Amino acid sequence: MERFTGNVWVLGDDIDTDIIIPTEYLALKTIEDMKQYGFSPLRPELASQIHEGDIIVAGKNFGCGSSREQAPEVVKALGIRCVIAKSFARIFFRNSINNGLLLIEQPDLYDDIHEGDEITVTVNEAVEYHGKKYPIHSLPDNLVEIINEGGLVKAMRRRNGLA
Amino acid sequence: MGMTIAEKIIARAAGVETVRPGDIHTVTLDRMMSNDGTTHLTVDMYYNKLKHPRIADAKKMVFIVDHNVPSDSPKTAASQKKMRDFAKENGIDFWEGKGVCHQIMMEHYVCPGELIFAADSHTCTYGALGAFGTGVGCTDLLYAMVTGTSWVLVPETIKFNLTGKLSEGVYPRDLMLTIIGTIGANGANYQVMEFCGDGAKTLNVDERMVLCNLAVEAGAKTAIFEADEIALEYLRARGREPKAVFKSDADAHYVKEYTFDLSKIRPVVAKPDFVDALAPVDEVEGRRIDEAFLGSCNNGRIEDLRVGAAIVKGRRISDHVRFLVVPASQEIYLQAAREGLIDIFIESGAIVMNPNCSVCWGSCQGVIGENEVLISTGTRNFKGRAGHPSSKVYLASAATVAASAVKGKICTADQL
Amino acid sequence: MGQTIIEKIIAHNIGADEVKPGQIVTVQVDRVMVDDIMMPFIVGKFEEMGFERVWDPDKVVMIYDHLVPASQQDDTRHYKVGDAFASKYGLTHVHRSDGICHQLMTEAGYVRPGDVVFGTDSHTTTYGCVGAFSTGIGYTEMAAILGTGTLWVKVPETIKVEINGKLPAGVMSKDVILRIIGDLRADGATYCSLEFTGDTIREMSVASRMTMANMAIEAGAKCAMFTPDEKTAAYCEIELNDFQKSLVGDADAGYIRTLSYQAENFVPVMACPSQVDQIRDVSELEGTAIDQVFIGSCTNGRLEDLRAAADVLRGKKVAPFVKLIVTPASRKVYREALQEGILETLAEAGAIITHAGCGLCCGRTGGILSDYETVVATNNRNFLGRMGTSKVQIYLASPATAAACAAAGKITAACG
Repeated sequence: MERFTGNVWVLGDDIDTDIIIPTEYLALKTIEDMKQYGFSPLRPELASQIHEGDIIVAGKNFGCGSSREQAPEVVKALGIRCVIAKSFARIFFRNSINNGLLLIEQPDLYDDIHEGDEITVTVNEAVEYHGKKYPIHSLPDNLVEIINEGGLVKAMRRRNGLA
Repeated sequence: MGMTIAEKIIARAAGVETVRPGDIHTVTLDRMMSNDGTTHLTVDMYYNKLKHPRIADAKKMVFIVDHNVPSDSPKTAASQKKMRDFAKENGIDFWEGKGVCHQIMMEHYVCPGELIFAADSHTCTYGALGAFGTGVGCTDLLYAMVTGTSWVLVPETIKFNLTGKLSEGVYPRDLMLTIIGTIGANGANYQVMEFCGDGAKTLNVDERMVLCNLAVEAGAKTAIFEADEIALEYLRARGREPKAVFKSDADAHYVKEYTFDLSKIRPVVAKPDFVDALAPVDEVEGRRIDEAFLGSCNNGRIEDLRVGAAIVKGRRISDHVRFLVVPASQEIYLQAAREGLIDIFIESGAIVMNPNCSVCWGSCQGVIGENEVLISTGTRNFKGRAGHPSSKVYLASAATVAASAVKGKICTADQL
Repeated sequence: MGQTIIEKIIAHNIGADEVKPGQIVTVQVDRVMVDDIMMPFIVGKFEEMGFERVWDPDKVVMIYDHLVPASQQDDTRHYKVGDAFASKYGLTHVHRSDGICHQLMTEAGYVRPGDVVFGTDSHTTTYGCVGAFSTGIGYTEMAAILGTGTLWVKVPETIKVEINGKLPAGVMSKDVILRIIGDLRADGATYCSLEFTGDTIREMSVASRMTMANMAIEAGAKCAMFTPDEKTAAYCEIELNDFQKSLVGDADAGYIRTLSYQAENFVPVMACPSQVDQIRDVSELEGTAIDQVFIGSCTNGRLEDLRAAADVLRGKKVAPFVKLIVTPASRKVYREALQEGILETLAEAGAIITHAGCGLCCGRTGGILSDYETVVATNNRNFLGRMGTSKVQIYLASPATAAACAAAGKITAACG
């Protein structure tokens, strides 16, 4: 079972897509160009503080708002290993799966966590924090399939007979 | 020796009997205008550089937000807020989103005989009403605002004797582009372009504005028409009185004289990237365009909209062209709406924008991208003026712009 | 057991007798909408996926709205990429400057009751106003649909919202949906279908229903559902077929929750900064100073919205130093409002009337604000930083309330 450890950034409830990447920057050419503006309305410094392998823990309804797929792409490009929230908005959820950004729904961790602390995630099993285990559910099969294919683009390439 | 209109206005403002070209005089200004291009800089200097900031006469000041309307970035919004707050605090007349500054000045403020400084190069427009208007930088404007005065080096005057009458399908815009193309972009450097003659009498105030507005593109300090009955009627209709009605004396000194026969003018364009790169429309006919712009302080008035609407009526704008129609003021927009012109544009597929400077100044909605081509009734076609440095701008009349928007390529209206 | 509307549509689409919430199915897509801002990403993913043709070019609608006209030079790249894609794959439904995508999809007849529609914008839920299943997706899924014509969906659970009675004067459907979102909270309908019913809903115009369907996403809903009726048929210019007529939530259908409202109890409300579910009565906010008002968007930029604003502002003026920006939702709305004299009334009151499009709502242009400024807006989101800096205060309201605020220069209710 896949297992990793990372440092935590804590964000609140209803972190919307305009916070994750404001519309102003949506027409920049690449995600790399955009990522420096990630979370800028809420925490302008955050994008430069995140390190590869960090984890975001948030409250309810993470990713609510727009269908902009730049949002999960920016989160991923910043080096975030996974986002653990009480709940996710549905378009953001689908977009993340399609881009291979791991999302974990966990109802209790957010209430206990402190920013900067370290947690360990065992995918489809549990999050460990200060010795306590927070159980997590596994994803539906069709989503696991997309993730196993390496995202929707790769799944479609295979369908179209490309490597 | 006699004086020209411009010299008489300066003499009046300086409180002296006579002035001669080359004299430097301290003048009391009749009006000062500043727009959102630079007012925030003036306000910053006012607060940060002056020991005892005060405004000489707030009643003479006008602030107009026209360059980025509605605002397109937090930075622009902050500049405009600074301007708005300053106007509110100091009792300065404030206009926002009601049109291009020079058009608003003509509709509401400018009077014959006045000396007006404004922080915009196209202030020379006011000569259409026999006023001396000229553009200054924001530091000069700050000094004028604080002292109510400034200094002027009395410019020489060039006489443009206009004869005859423009033919059907030829517009003052073609005339002025032809004049600039003939005398060159520095052909009137620090001089006054005085328009007179029978031909001048065939032009109404709106049309005279087209000529005066572009004078700065020949390097002129300003341009001026005598405030005749046509000008005074324009003024009366708006409930204003002239400050002074001046005529040039018969023995006034002109540094140069040109004669232009209006009946010989043909539809022209100014090719990229210079206003004096004059060419007959035929020479560039067929050049594919991406955007067309009908508007600006030069050519966004009711007559221009009438000309444009008559051409697009019953036709469709080319699929690959964005045709921006931008009335120069709210007054013009309302007039055009009542005449059914806006409806014609909307039906044709044009994009009718709120009155503002739009793509003429190239830093707001309507900008063009890499390698794109714009045909425009705006004031300038300098490199990158309308957007990307690789883009190109052709200047032409409202008729040529509207016809080109329909065809998707540069053409004259009779080629549709 | 009976079925909800969304269950009936999905079952019909996949040729099943019935479907159950939670079931994962693959639907055949009837129509897709792609907008300008996502264009380069969609095209990039489509090509990366290795498709050689678009599954059904007639089912694809491309709409340029967020970036029209361009406010940054590079915006024009989005049109170029879109135009090239359309021409390569034979797409003919391309709207380059006709208004907001969601307005055009129903207005131009691209969506019919019972259709399954996806769009690259979260407010795609709007088409539920005519009884279609429509929802927003990302650009990768859109690219996959363009190649395959299919998408997987999880059959959502349904929340029923029943409203009976007559709405008080001055209360619009915007006030109704804001109140409902306040009650449900921003995640209260996550992945659910919000099914609206009751005689108040039946009395509403399709445009009013559109406002509500549009905002369903703000409670996290997968889609919104309105039973198609004679108003829907008239709006879509069709006769309802048997399937479309069957799109009624059955009395014994499995609703996970039912909210019931009495229409007479609704009052004008606002969503306060910076969450759509922070709902308060306008009366509680009375007197809050404002800097700007925005009337427009796919939520509230339609004819009846502009008419409501004009009714409030007729013969009045926008308060000094306050800006009112009016952005019609589409070219058609603009034209109808023009012909009805609505735009004239608004312009006379001092409104800045922009071209049709997303305008300020998408936060790229159209009236961006700066620190500590307050705006009352009729659109769908007041997220932090949505219209400028994160210090801008955004209040969402109905067009009638927004217009009243513009005249007063502070927050106030339209009547009483």
